[in-house]
Amino acid sequence: MTASLTLGPVLFNWPVNRWRDFYARIADEAPVDTVVVGEIVCFKRAPFFAEAIGDVIERLTAAGKTVWLASPILVGSERERAAMRDLVTADAGLVEANDMGALALLAGRPHAVGPTINVYNEATLGWMAERGAVAVSLPAELPAATVAVLAKAGRELGVETEVQVWGRAPLAISARCYHARAHGLHKDGCQFVCGKDPDGMPVTTMDGQPFLTVNGTQTMSHGCLCLAAEMPALADMGVSRFRLSPQAMDMVRVAEAFRAVLDGRRDGAEVAAELGGLIDAPLVNGFYHDTAGALRVA
Amino acid sequence: MDNFELICPAGTPAALRAAVDAGADAVYLGFRDETNARNFPGLNFTRQDVADSVDYAHARRVEVYVAINTYPQAGNLGPWQKAVDDAARLKVDAVIMADPGLLAYAAKRHPDLRLHLSVQASAANVEAIRLYRDAFGVRRVVLPRVLTVPEIAKLNAEIDIETEVFVFGGLCPMAEGRCSLSSYATGLSPNKQGVCSPASHVRYEQRGGALASTLGGFTINVFGEGEQAGYPTLCKGRFVAGDGPAYLFEEPTSLNAMDLLPELKAAGVRALKIEGRQRGKAYIAAVVRAYREALETFAAGRPVPHIDLQAMVEGGTQTTGAYTRAWR
Repeated sequence: MTASLTLGPVLFNWPVNRWRDFYARIADEAPVDTVVVGEIVCFKRAPFFAEAIGDVIERLTAAGKTVWLASPILVGSERERAAMRDLVTADAGLVEANDMGALALLAGRPHAVGPTINVYNEATLGWMAERGAVAVSLPAELPAATVAVLAKAGRELGVETEVQVWGRAPLAISARCYHARAHGLHKDGCQFVCGKDPDGMPVTTMDGQPFLTVNGTQTMSHGCLCLAAEMPALADMGVSRFRLSPQAMDMVRVAEAFRAVLDGRRDGAEVAAELGGLIDAPLVNGFYHDTAGALRVA
Repeated sequence: MDNFELICPAGTPAALRAAVDAGADAVYLGFRDETNARNFPGLNFTRQDVADSVDYAHARRVEVYVAINTYPQAGNLGPWQKAVDDAARLKVDAVIMADPGLLAYAAKRHPDLRLHLSVQASAANVEAIRLYRDAFGVRRVVLPRVLTVPEIAKLNAEIDIETEVFVFGGLCPMAEGRCSLSSYATGLSPNKQGVCSPASHVRYEQRGGALASTLGGFTINVFGEGEQAGYPTLCKGRFVAGDGPAYLFEEPTSLNAMDLLPELKAAGVRALKIEGRQRGKAYIAAVVRAYREALETFAAGRPVPHIDLQAMVEGGTQTTGAYTRAWR
């Protein structure tokens, strides 16, 4: 398997024009192989993107990108269920399941497993392979030793394994909207306040220390996960896919830098140092090094 | 009309006996290791403890469930598989699990062992629940705390396995089993090690007249003079997002859904679960007794009584959580 770069779905609530323009530029300029699209955080946001997603898929496909469609992370209500079923049955492209309900509907068809489905060990990976998974994006909190076991098992099973190497780490999902709550609103009358924060809402401790990022119903890390320096080791383990999670920054430049590392043209640590200057957050890699995710291990 | 089953926690054999004596229909517990999601120092059961507890409970027609509900570690499946084997050997009435690989093992190796789906699997929709039923023969699902009562009713209309819901105790505002907040601050997670906001990473610091609580070096709360200090569970902390410090995710509060018994019955719920394997036997006895009284009164066709559990709730406040839409 040759190593490839994946651009994960935009997790933030960007205005639809910005969203469309972002993907147009990705199509034209970003050296990524797979682009995963879809609103996976909040069902209420999805209608805004529905009008543009057809054009976005067409544009990306025309540019030679492989386009996958991501299913929502949390599916509880009837409307969320209906949307999940529509996505899976539309047959518009390979689906990346982010909930076990979507995984259920995809049985027997080739599909991908997203990072919000819990794949922690080789037994579960094997079960998913039997059901038709062709690629599994591993949860961000897995340490190197676990990734190594899963990547090896994946190669034996014919399942590609993927690791997120850039972007804030998704940490939690809730039925409650914390963006709305922070603004004194309920989710039902949220006024889409999450749209005010294209990179999420910063959360600091009472001492003013940056800590987390709120993105509607999702909670993310403040630190930006960066495994550029660890990519050669990941590739040696058999990890063949490397995921970049979009932030409100120059993602073409990010993609170019990671492509250079993947191709052996640039040193990962040097790339991390460069990219760290482009985002208003420390770079972190603690999960991979089996310690607190908020830490950076040299 | 069948009464609800009352499913009660036990972190020690003494707590198990207290729960049994106070009116539990079933008691759930974990082995003393990382295979369960309450892997706290000084808590949980040796194999012999489980054997003795099963004897005690079964003699009183009370069931015992074993939670093996963390996600087995890659390359080290042994402890989790052995936990399943031992639970079957010790003749427990059900095992509560979340990991598909481990469920597959249990279904294949112990076809007569009753399987319940842990809340840690966060199965919140019909399709997900049917998958666990079809693939592993799961007989009951513990619902994640993300659904309203009307959503639970709709779900029960479409599935043919039992549902169990939390009615009292600690409350995760996040979808369970899908949360790495503790892991981000400390490196230890509910999914991997069975711990959340572990005491090993907690510090209290006196700052003038104030008391700060920290987790992994992050300040989770600062209590002024006269304010009651609480344990720094990450999602129950005070943080700053925009305006001043606030309980951004959830207040220090406890779930209490006793007033919702009629609605939960109408929604088709089979079993009610009390959280708190980390609690002492006095707490467990009091809460189980209160719920037993409420269930008996309700089953007799009388209005659900208002039983005062104020002394048993965290931070002195109670909530019906995600069961009511306004919580969102």
